Amino acid sequence: MTSLPDPAPGAKKLGLVIDLDTCVGCHACAVNCKEWNTSGHLAPLPDFNPYAAGAEGVWFNRVHAYEAGEGEAGRTVHFPRSCLHCEQPACVTVCPTGASYKRAEDGIVLVNPETCIGCGLCAWACPYGARELDEDAGVMKKCTLCIDRIYNETIPEAQRQPACVLTCPARARHFGDLGDPESAVSRLVRERGGYDLMPEMGYRPVNKYLPPRRRAVAGAPPQEAAPRAEEIANPLLRWVDRVLSR
Amino acid sequence: MRPAPSIVVFTTLSGAGYGLLFWLGLLRPLGLVPGDAPFAVAALLLALALVTAGLLSSLAHLGHPGRAWRALSQWRSSWLSREGVAAVATYVPAGLLLPALLLGWQGAAAALGLLAAAGAAATVYCTGMIYASLKPVREWRHPLVVPGYLLLAAFSGAALLAMLGAFRGDGAAPMALAILAGAAGFALKRAYWRGIDAAPPVATPESATGLGVIGTVRTLDPPHTETNYLLREMGFRIARRHAARLRRVALAAGFAAPIALLLLALPAGGAAAAALATLAAALALLGLLVERWLMFAEATHTVTLYYPPSAR
Ligand code: SF4
Ligand code: SF4
Repeated sequence: MTSLPDPAPGAKKLGLVIDLDTCVGCHACAVNCKEWNTSGHLAPLPDFNPYAAGAEGVWFNRVHAYEAGEGEAGRTVHFPRSCLHCEQPACVTVCPTGASYKRAEDGIVLVNPETCIGCGLCAWACPYGARELDEDAGVMKKCTLCIDRIYNETIPEAQRQPACVLTCPARARHFGDLGDPESAVSRLVRERGGYDLMPEMGYRPVNKYLPPRRRAVAGAPPQEAAPRAEEIANPLLRWVDRVLSR
Repeated sequence: MRPAPSIVVFTTLSGAGYGLLFWLGLLRPLGLVPGDAPFAVAALLLALALVTAGLLSSLAHLGHPGRAWRALSQWRSSWLSREGVAAVATYVPAGLLLPALLLGWQGAAAALGLLAAAGAAATVYCTGMIYASLKPVREWRHPLVVPGYLLLAAFSGAALLAMLGAFRGDGAAPMALAILAGAAGFALKRAYWRGIDAAPPVATPESATGLGVIGTVRTLDPPHTETNYLLREMGFRIARRHAARLRRVALAAGFAAPIALLLLALPAGGAAAAALATLAAALALLGLLVERWLMFAEATHTVTLYYPPSAR
């Protein structure tokens, strides 16, 4: 069913919180995402022409880099982009087959590769570019929030997190329930002023981004403390100091 | 947006076919087109051939054409699904119209023709809504997009019916309708292009990244060195120079020339009228192919905001 589930009050909204202050742009999340998902339940994530010029492939996570602002106030920001598991995902409602759906129990947006006809309309409907067509299989693929990890009872509990979150060396990615105002991720969003991408689109993303922290304002340069007259032990130097201080 | 040939051809051909079906169903009971069975059968078969060729061409666009039947299931939420349902439903009265015409059941033929006309209008309306409902593409959200799809289908359908009528020496009504619809289409396209040229973007790199609080946002390093599906599909660009020229081609070949030819054909009659009307219909279809190509090529998608300005 591509109609959206009725939002139950207090329902889980699993998603990511991405810290643009600490992301160092190493692409580890993108690589580990590709690695997990090319062997996970949406496998494979094909590469086209992988060993020649024009190599490209399907990735669920792509890391951009931007400059914002000018001069001293300017910042370089690394910016991972993936599916935001929106609350109003038109990518789901436009799907003619029912292959795209949003789960009522946790809000994850998924594609069923068994019923997708590869029409591509959902990719047009996503403002964020989160869906990529597997041109080998002829079906649309996208981030699953590692649904085959987070509920996977065959792996140790500490590893039941999305691959991108586990691998991030800067701890810039956090996973949790954004529907619960007391969860660690919700608190993080409150404390750091987490925000939505392109709110004007009205898709109400679940994933939030934390802005780069404000740069500490540089004060006056530190002054070298001048010795006070009584601290000068040598009588000759004390006399020179007195003369020069007049 | 990339103008996939399969979609450009589909929407143009099936639009013309539905337009022809619409006018046939509407004008025949009113006695404004030749009332004999062979004429109506010829028009019906041409309409069905165009619609079917268009639909088959749209299947070529799918990653899994064999599963296309699944697209009929989500009509509650999806305009693409509604389009599919409307297209299939229209085949029922249009298909039954054929025996009704051949057997000379006038009452049934009139009723079936009107039903087919309604189905044709509904299908084209759904086609327009598929585009008009996509928020990330501001050129398609324009309020003239759906009226444009309907009007251009009516125009090309009337031009085809005028051509068939002219061969029978009786194409005055569809000719007049094609001239009117063509003039309206000319005005609509100009207003549409003025509208999309003047409208501000729906989002900015600043809102797409949320970094506007720091200042203007510029791309620094791209996430990938080669192209990808998103850029090929959504980052299609044509030089403004070509866009302006192609708009003129669409207006001249697609609207102005057919109107002029039909104005000449109206008083001419006979073989001259048939030749002029045939040329008019062919030019209208050609112009509409250019118009439909531009409809895609000029459309911009918000995902390109994440990429350098050269991709937008
Ligand atoms: S980010 Fe795109 S693909 Fe993901 S839920 Fe939102 S609209 Fe759908
Ligand atoms: S590509 Fe697949 S998932 Fe996307 S809209 Fe078409 S059928 Fe649905």
